[in-house]
Amino acid sequence: MFKRLIFFVALIGVWALIAERHVWDPTLFPSPWKVAETLWQNFRDGSLVHATAISLRRVLVGYSISLAIGVPLGVLLATRKWLEDTVGSLVSAFQSLPSICWLPLALLWFGMNDKAILFVVVAGSLVSITVAVQDGIKNLPPTYVRAAQTMGTPQFRIYTEVLLPASLPAILTGAKLGWAYAWRSLMSGELLFVSLGLGQMLMQGRDLADMSQVISVMIVIMSLGLLTDKVIFGSLERHVRRRWGLSIS
Amino acid sequence: MVKLSIRNVEKRFVTEDQKVHALSSISVEVQSGEFLILVGPSGCGKSTLLNIIAGLVKPDAGEVLMNGVPVTEPGPDRALVFQDGALFPWLNVRRNVEFGLRQKGVSKREASEKAMHVLDQVGLSKFSENDLHTLSGGMRQRVAIARALALEPEVLLMDEPFSALDALTREDLYVEIQELWQGRGATIVFVTHNVREAVTLGDRVLLLASDPGRLQGEFPVNILRPRHIEDVDVARTAQQISYEMKKGRIPFVGDASTPDLEPGEVV
Ligand SMILES: Nc1ncnc2c1ncn2[C@@H]1O[C@H](COP(=O)(O)OP(=O)(O)OP(=O)(O)O)[C@@H](O)[C@H]1O
Ligand SMILES: [Mg+2]
Repeated sequence: MFKRLIFFVALIGVWALIAERHVWDPTLFPSPWKVAETLWQNFRDGSLVHATAISLRRVLVGYSISLAIGVPLGVLLATRKWLEDTVGSLVSAFQSLPSICWLPLALLWFGMNDKAILFVVVAGSLVSITVAVQDGIKNLPPTYVRAAQTMGTPQFRIYTEVLLPASLPAILTGAKLGWAYAWRSLMSGELLFVSLGLGQMLMQGRDLADMSQVISVMIVIMSLGLLTDKVIFGSLERHVRRRWGLSIS
Repeated sequence: MVKLSIRNVEKRFVTEDQKVHALSSISVEVQSGEFLILVGPSGCGKSTLLNIIAGLVKPDAGEVLMNGVPVTEPGPDRALVFQDGALFPWLNVRRNVEFGLRQKGVSKREASEKAMHVLDQVGLSKFSENDLHTLSGGMRQRVAIARALALEPEVLLMDEPFSALDALTREDLYVEIQELWQGRGATIVFVTHNVREAVTLGDRVLLLASDPGRLQGEFPVNILRPRHIEDVDVARTAQQISYEMKKGRIPFVGDASTPDLEPGEVV
């Protein structure tokens, strides 16, 4: 932690030094103070908060849809051979399609609105969640299900009380990956057409040739990503690993 | 009274590259309250037979009757203790033991009381709230036994439950399992490939031979309980069975030069 702090202080120091000496045009290479000032200003006038709220809402809605479809779909694909052979192959085909490739289709279907963006977010995260759940369940030792059967567990409860909890570590990995994809897809979507949100704020910075805005929005996007990754998924993972006895410490 | 009757059970496994005749017309009657041991070399079909009794595997022909009723699916009246325990790592010790009771619809409180009771019987009441990975292998296997006992099964099926444990832990468990069995009067079908273990525990030992899996011999054990694995009588009977078992093996080329097995030890 201490090492990290020193590293970032040093990094900002070097950045400030280069900016100070006007090695590059200050409009293209603003000083850290200028970026901080812009960040503060955008925060004060509410534009940053507003954009963040819009982006977060989109990613949360899209991601929830992906979870709600992806988890049951993954369970079905892992437990029904005929579904795996049919739908499963389609899913793996989609896996090789970058989510932003769905944007033209989404725009034609839904028009230039929130729905199109949501569609891209779902397209980006659904497949990775589905595949993670499917793999997680397929890799389980068969004795879990057998044990549950000998204890008289009804079929549906085998899904909810054995297969899902047993593959939770794998599902969590998939959920994390899905979140990363959802967030990236959202940003690409927002960058590509006028739509409010953080992505648009980034483009606006470009249009106004305001590099400090560009950098400050980039910092916000990065921080949000880090925050969810480390804080939310990190603590969930720690909990699961401890309970399952997977961690070394 | 006959508890289980296994009639002409036949099972073949056909995979892409091989065919295995796992069980060839096996017929066995298990008396109510009997401690029956299935012993035999690796691959002779012991687990397959146990899984058929449990209802997890369907025989190709023949049938298994319990109390005269054909077995068609797995059920809590025939609890199975797996070789590796097959415990659920996402549940703590007590919840693992409660699991089967909850499936039966037993109330939360009652299940928890029952679980605590059987955990006490296997000497683990202090560890009821532990996560599984904090337990030793022997303790985990005790949890697996407790999980099966909690269901109060009519028949307890055990598939090499102690084979992963060290000798000392195993001996403790031999004593415990005999006491539990005597206290309950349940019927036990116990699979092992260790002949001494078989003689220590069983009322009757069935010897299986492989390829095809079939009954090779039957040995009643009339030694006074509680028995210990070092008892002279146990060793003597075990030696007899080992001898039979070696006769049943197809000798390899050069088998004559391999040293004799120690009594009770099986390769
Ligand atoms: N699901 C299966 N598919 C194909 N072959 C199988 C299957 N289950 C068992 N077999 C084969 O059937 C034979 C008997 O297997 P089984 O597991 O019953 O042996 P075992 O006596 O329990 O051996 P061990 O002491 O090693 O556990 C083996 O040759 C095994 O390869
Ligand atoms: Mg076996």
